[in-house]
Amino acid sequence: MSDPPGSVAGVCAPDVLIHARGLAKSFGGAVAVDGIDFDLRRGEAFGFLGPNGAGKSSTMRMIGCVSPPSSGELTIFGMDPVADGATIRARLGVVPQEDTLDVELTVRENLLIYGRYFGLPRDVISARTARLLDFVQLSDRANDQVEPLSGGMKRRLTIARSLINEPEILLLDEPTTGLDPQARHVVWDRLFRLKRRGVTLVLTTHYMDEAEQLCDRLVVMDRGKIAAEGSPRDLIGQYSTPEVLELRFDPAEHEQAGEKLADAPADRMEILADRILLYVLNGDRALATVRSLGLEPLTSLVRRSTLEDVFLRLTGRRLED
Amino acid sequence: MAASASPPAASAVRAPVAAATQWSLAVRALRAWLTNYRRTWQGSIYSSVLNPLLYLGAMGLGLGALVDAHGQGRLGGVSYLAYLAPGLLAAAAMQTAMGESTYPILGSIKWLKTYQAAVASPLRPADLFHGHLLFTTLRLIMNSSIFLVVMAAFGAPRSYWVLAAVPVAVLTGLAFAAPIEAWAVTRTKDQSFAVIFRFGMIPLFLFSGTFFPIAQLPAWIRPVAYATPLWHGVALCRALSLGTADLAGALVHVAYLAVFAAAGIAVGRRTYRRRLYV
Repeated sequence: MSDPPGSVAGVCAPDVLIHARGLAKSFGGAVAVDGIDFDLRRGEAFGFLGPNGAGKSSTMRMIGCVSPPSSGELTIFGMDPVADGATIRARLGVVPQEDTLDVELTVRENLLIYGRYFGLPRDVISARTARLLDFVQLSDRANDQVEPLSGGMKRRLTIARSLINEPEILLLDEPTTGLDPQARHVVWDRLFRLKRRGVTLVLTTHYMDEAEQLCDRLVVMDRGKIAAEGSPRDLIGQYSTPEVLELRFDPAEHEQAGEKLADAPADRMEILADRILLYVLNGDRALATVRSLGLEPLTSLVRRSTLEDVFLRLTGRRLED
Repeated sequence: MAASASPPAASAVRAPVAAATQWSLAVRALRAWLTNYRRTWQGSIYSSVLNPLLYLGAMGLGLGALVDAHGQGRLGGVSYLAYLAPGLLAAAAMQTAMGESTYPILGSIKWLKTYQAAVASPLRPADLFHGHLLFTTLRLIMNSSIFLVVMAAFGAPRSYWVLAAVPVAVLTGLAFAAPIEAWAVTRTKDQSFAVIFRFGMIPLFLFSGTFFPIAQLPAWIRPVAYATPLWHGVALCRALSLGTADLAGALVHVAYLAVFAAAGIAVGRRTYRRRLYV
């Protein structure tokens, strides 16, 4: 720790639940997390947005006290994750990226075993099980084996399991990766309800819509570093324009169109493999200008800027590649 | 926050508390295995009864009749059944231990990933290790007790000291379970298990004095047999069942087995940690 002992109390102000400075993790020679700083306050929904391999999961595992940091400073509830891991984990809920349910057991048994890990008495576990299964809409499957449940149901069960100890912070690593759109919306809805109840959420995602829907504040991560931090709206305001004009040309004209558009009155232009994006204040007006340059796109779309555009601007790459 | 304000005082009083909770945390992990076992216990009881029944029937009675017809001098003047049964008790404990400490461990890490789920709770890797060793101990007590009952039904024991052979068999099992589990947790593929079953368990089973006295082996290989934990388990279980045990010899055997178990526990705490805290 670089801070003098006297400042610890200040750093762990009551509403700061997680505090990281210069936090880093490497595996052998490979650097997964390369010195990141962030603070998480009680009641926030905080996100790590970035592509696969950005270091999000490694960060989550360090917060979950199952991966000792290689260097830097990390406190959770003001405690050290290495020395006080068990005490910290008693107050965390974890939804891992891959399902870790015991698929040979029933839905109820999974919650029973997990509740016992936290030392909860049986009657408390069964009362919470009833409530949690109701919350994740699995009450009718309570006595069914987990194996045949759908991916979305397993995810919801994992969420129910992570709540058995009534955690103060819920860690969700890619909570909807691999789910179909309908199942994702159900999960988002449940997470949104948790957030409304005041549960502090920390999630990683490479879906910009997930980040926009759920996160009050997020950091954009790329190659182990934090590229930007703020609320989704702030980030969009800071790093992008209000509107984006997406243009698609005949592949034969794609390159040429890009050259011509270099003079178009746009804040910024991104030439992707299949589309050209113009970052502008007013998309319709920009489209009129494009046409006046003698260009006729096959399709055009005016849309609001998203976190995807922020990411593109910050890293030059797309999120879901 | 109060705890972080006075860390030295807090850690000074923490030690005895931690020792107490270490047990309770291991018991939490044990109970997960027990919940799991509830689904399969019936099948496992059948094989726990059938295994001694078949071996004692075929080898003890069938083969034993031929052996006894050639005179019992080399067996110390007892029937082959009486000679074989306590040896098999120890060998069966080894088999139970090896079964419990290989595939279920890799399953928990690789296939079901329930270990990864468990370490996200207050349980630490060492608690999971201890919890599974407790479960293995219960399975050993169960199987060894059933074995003893079957042995008694065959009239194999010659002394009431045979009752003490059950804890010795359990310790023999742990002398295998702890080191093998410590190693199993480092594995990424289950092929390694087939190798130790084939080149570890079966030779031990056959050449550790279970079926015939070590003295029958060529002199040069005897030290190898004496060095294996199974021989110590077999020798002591046999001495207890035949009523020929002496205190000094028993202590040496027990100490030898305990060292294997203790070393396995010490190593396993590290390997579990290394595998689960990446």
